[in-house]
Amino acid sequence: MLRTGRWITAIALVLLAGVYVRALLYTPVEASQGLAQKIFYLHVPAAIWAETAMILVGLASVVYLFTKDPRLDRFAASSAEVGTVFCAIVLTSGPIWGKPIWGTWWTWDARLTLTLFLFLIYVAYLLLRSAVMDPATRARFAAVLGICGMCEVPFIHLSVYMFPTLHPMPIILQPGRPKLPGSMLTTWLLSLGVFTLLYVGFVVQRYALSYLHEQLEAVGGEVGHA
Amino acid sequence: MRLPDVLRHSWVLAAKDLRVEFRSRTAILSAVVFVILAFVVFNFGRDPTAVPNVALAPSILWVTFTLAAILALNRAFHLELENHALDGLLLAPIDRSSIYLGKLIANLVFVATFELIGVPLLMLFFNVRLLPYLAPLVLLIALATIGFVAVGTLFSAMTVRTRFAELLLPVLLLPFMILPLSWGVQATVRLLAGRPLSEIAGWLNMLAVYDIVFVALALLLFPATVSE
Amino acid sequence: MVNPGQTLAVFGPNGSGKTTLLKVLAGLIQPQRGRAYVEGGRRAIGWIGHQPQLYGQLTVNENLRFWGLLYDAQPGPDLLARLGLEEHANRQVRTLSRGLVQRVAIARALVHDPRVLLLDEPFTGLDRIAAEALSRLLGQHAAAGRATVLVTHNVEEGTELATDVAFMRNGRFVHCAPRSGRGAQQVGEEYRHAIA
Repeated sequence: MLRTGRWITAIALVLLAGVYVRALLYTPVEASQGLAQKIFYLHVPAAIWAETAMILVGLASVVYLFTKDPRLDRFAASSAEVGTVFCAIVLTSGPIWGKPIWGTWWTWDARLTLTLFLFLIYVAYLLLRSAVMDPATRARFAAVLGICGMCEVPFIHLSVYMFPTLHPMPIILQPGRPKLPGSMLTTWLLSLGVFTLLYVGFVVQRYALSYLHEQLEAVGGEVGHA
Repeated sequence: MRLPDVLRHSWVLAAKDLRVEFRSRTAILSAVVFVILAFVVFNFGRDPTAVPNVALAPSILWVTFTLAAILALNRAFHLELENHALDGLLLAPIDRSSIYLGKLIANLVFVATFELIGVPLLMLFFNVRLLPYLAPLVLLIALATIGFVAVGTLFSAMTVRTRFAELLLPVLLLPFMILPLSWGVQATVRLLAGRPLSEIAGWLNMLAVYDIVFVALALLLFPATVSE
Repeated sequence: MVNPGQTLAVFGPNGSGKTTLLKVLAGLIQPQRGRAYVEGGRRAIGWIGHQPQLYGQLTVNENLRFWGLLYDAQPGPDLLARLGLEEHANRQVRTLSRGLVQRVAIARALVHDPRVLLLDEPFTGLDRIAAEALSRLLGQHAAAGRATVLVTHNVEEGTELATDVAFMRNGRFVHCAPRSGRGAQQVGEEYRHAIA
């Protein structure tokens, strides 16, 4: 299973490189933003999956509390770790784009701030996990926090529309016809697909690792913190 | 379990907590001193010639209440673990949700005490006119407080049984507190600027929805934090 | 099956699942297999364990009244007298000595006059007076036609009170029979043989 995860990740990374070759060489340069716009193919899919990962953590947690199936807990933990990484991608790629376009690395812009929120919830989730020793208690506590995190997401979204913002409004899934030129849309959709694959690859690897970790703990082996 | 029973048991539990809390006057006295100190820190943490009082007042108010709530929540479940009284509560023929509701009520009363002291002191120390806006301000504070105390009570039931409990609670809770806090601050700013009430109705609605969602969620999730 | 008036003493080494058995009986945890049924449910159960389950900052009376309210019961007038606690009724529990706290804990478990008593190592750490008071109360409890389940790893402690004796090892009963006149020494020998 670990090997499967590695393969998926490797393929996804190769494809990501491919997407960027396409983005840089074969996709038109956006008129007002120039080259900086290229980061959008990384930024937006990562943001979408950072948030989706939180929703998946929450859903897995709900089912966990009913079934007490340790596989769901392991999945939730894996999804949370991958979500944290994706949040980090969003939080680093955002400022890199913001510097040339907005003229500042960081603004307390609503969308950026709220990704920061998501990141903080993930960090809290992972910290809570590391602070509880007993596996069953850890799983229950983490599930409670995961469900609260999932329910926080819609409030974060509502809040976005109440703040004045500099952030570009979503332009892809707008009601009515998309305003994105065709080739940009294709590149973006490819990128979204690649990120989906990346998410799956990372989660499968992480899941397999924590499974092995638990097996090792069960036989009483000494393991470092994973 | 019938609803009247749940409410009655919640009240018995909350009354017990409050009796313990207010028995030693230390608790209430520390609350007063804490609020005063927080205000003093704020006063020296700004340049009075650059930042006018009325601009800073909403931040002072909300940040102080946030910190006070974390302090109050941190000790909420200590009482129950001391002699394993929580085990006794779980054995008793009461619904798990009444244990949560009881704690929630006690915590709300305790945080409300901080706030009751804080609002007049803010008027006194920073010379802000709050009286004309008192009714909407109280509503605003009440709605925001219910929201974060509801989440905080749920989380403190978990953190109290972990290592580094005092540090972990704020780390878990603050991401959930910032939203109601930011709504509260923005509504307060508009309130103090004398804007019409209709302008803050949006935030009041958001806070009310937040309260309903998270109180309901906490009631459902609380049993998972205490049962084996 | 423990009937009214019976006292079952369960002996087992540490980790044999004694406390888990009691928790299952009390409805605190769901058994993985099988079923446990206590007539009257949680309301009928009184629990005495290692921990007093009292609030240190409240007085003895306040504690008993609080726990009574949760069971919709009033502490009986002679409850404190039977445990020799009358003069301490209005003292805060945290100011009491260990032995007194243990007696209050016993009073707490009896406040709602439970039909079934679950005892987890009840004699551990009790002083002589508390232990005697507990033995006497357990005798009265059984005589009033109530059931008792007592778990301990110390055969000497529970045998005299028991009408039935069981041994546990690795979460299973390896022996369960009426005591029928066996003394502590005889039960002790059988116990060591059974769990060896």
